[in-house]
Amino acid sequence: MKILVAVKRVIDYNVQIRVKEDGTGVVTENVKMSTNPPDDNAIEEAVKIKEAGKATEVVAVTVGEEKAQETVRKALAVGADRGIHVKVDGILEPLAVSKILQKIVDKEKPDLVFMGKQAIDDDCNQTGQMLSALLNWPQATFASKIDVKDNKLEVTREIDEGLETIEINVPAIVTCDLRLNEPRYASLPNIMKAKKKPIEEIAASDLGVDVSPRLEQLKVEEPPKRKAGIKVANVAELVQKLKNEAKVI
Amino acid sequence: MAVLLIAEHNNKELRPFTLNAATAASQIDSDVHAVIIGQNSADAAKQLSELPVVKKVLSVEGAHYENFTAENFAPVVVKLAENYSHIVCSANTFGKNLMPRIAAHLDTSQVSDIIKVISLDTFLRPIYAGNAFATIKSNDAKKCVTIRPTSFDPCESTGGSAPIEKVDASEEFSNTKFIKREEIKSDRPELGTARIVVSGGRGMQSGDNFKLITEIADKLGAAIGASRAAVDAGYISNDHQVGQTGKVVVPDLYIAVGISGAIQHLAGMKESKVIVAINKDGEAPIFSVADYGLEADLFEALPQFMEELNKLNTIQK
Repeated sequence: MKILVAVKRVIDYNVQIRVKEDGTGVVTENVKMSTNPPDDNAIEEAVKIKEAGKATEVVAVTVGEEKAQETVRKALAVGADRGIHVKVDGILEPLAVSKILQKIVDKEKPDLVFMGKQAIDDDCNQTGQMLSALLNWPQATFASKIDVKDNKLEVTREIDEGLETIEINVPAIVTCDLRLNEPRYASLPNIMKAKKKPIEEIAASDLGVDVSPRLEQLKVEEPPKRKAGIKVANVAELVQKLKNEAKVI
Repeated sequence: MAVLLIAEHNNKELRPFTLNAATAASQIDSDVHAVIIGQNSADAAKQLSELPVVKKVLSVEGAHYENFTAENFAPVVVKLAENYSHIVCSANTFGKNLMPRIAAHLDTSQVSDIIKVISLDTFLRPIYAGNAFATIKSNDAKKCVTIRPTSFDPCESTGGSAPIEKVDASEEFSNTKFIKREEIKSDRPELGTARIVVSGGRGMQSGDNFKLITEIADKLGAAIGASRAAVDAGYISNDHQVGQTGKVVVPDLYIAVGISGAIQHLAGMKESKVIVAINKDGEAPIFSVADYGLEADLFEALPQFMEELNKLNTIQK
């Protein structure tokens, strides 16, 4: 079984986001970037499946600018076998990314495609589902547990009401929740080894996919600020304030 | 052209956020049709027809719709889409799972999780865990939009009498099989719609200690929430998680106990009307969004809180 894992480079989850004064976006210059957190879970799961002898190869793919390759390199350092970097400048919409990934799937013919359930920058939560639509494959979104059984997966999904378990036939798409596993850290020797693993570079323009944007981002602004609150001295004061001032209890 | 709302239901009745999504749909265009896909879902379809904002109900029945599988639902909506300018549903796990599958089939760039309808083609949505708001204009002919339910009031639930039209079922998608659903049943209000939410974080130290929160929640008629840290630690089940990748809640009162206030958690609760933070670390970021902050050991503060509530003559429910 061959697993393709899609990873995205985003602003690190610990960075306090600042909106640009001209309203065109958020500040990304000199800001720490990392792999989208649930994409780390996707890589970890694929590597674990391979370590369990149930997969033969793990290929990490990213779509993005020059520096996006860092995320592929990181995936190689934690156990992916080789990488693919589809080069494209500017921000792509999930629809465009899923069309590019479809081309990569056509070429690589993986049995499974894993990725994070959502990117923490645009918070769209679309790419995995769109890719499975384009391929007409089953989709297991928001996965918190995966059991590989021959040519099937049993996947536990986190849904609003609790948990749902489904069985999907491969080939299939799985989007991963943060609770799926605990991503490992790359050891120094593995980081060194990863430098020798191959990363194939492909220009998005060579894939024959229309990636032109369908959406216009007219403005990005700061959300309204909450007015500063107060500290109360004790529980009695808190309850009095809630009862008589805020009138919520 | 009209707007098509995808109803969320459990085959017996509508799930509550369908009413919020109906409001958003009616703000896009007054001509709202609603599709309900299910198995033996006639009662829920009737309920849908009684929403005054809904002008027509399309009902699709089939055994393969019983468990709301996106692979089975998407073809139905895609087929209906030719008659509609917009497809709308809630941005909860139902809609998040389903809508992109529809959008990709329609070759449309979806607009996810909107919090405001600005015009027919322009919407406001949070990005970066709500740390920025983006105004997005869609240039696609057909627009697929998911709405953040807590940003729209529920519509009236009675008084309408829309006609219910049967629509043919699509073929079954055979590569996905439903096995089971483990729903956590509770007599408490639903987290997403509760007027008061009491949430615990890693500071609770154990699942057992959540009983301190449960007690207060019961007294206040509140729902129980949790930070991701508390869910990850196994103190409480995932359906309680509030945050960027959990549920977004906008209650009248949100009480955060032993929650430090990571960006990801704030994304799920900072629009609450009144926020209370109880934390022994006075520097915890949660205090920056709290209207009332109490710097205290929660194991002392929560029993006192319960005592003070017991002293009150009346409590709003």
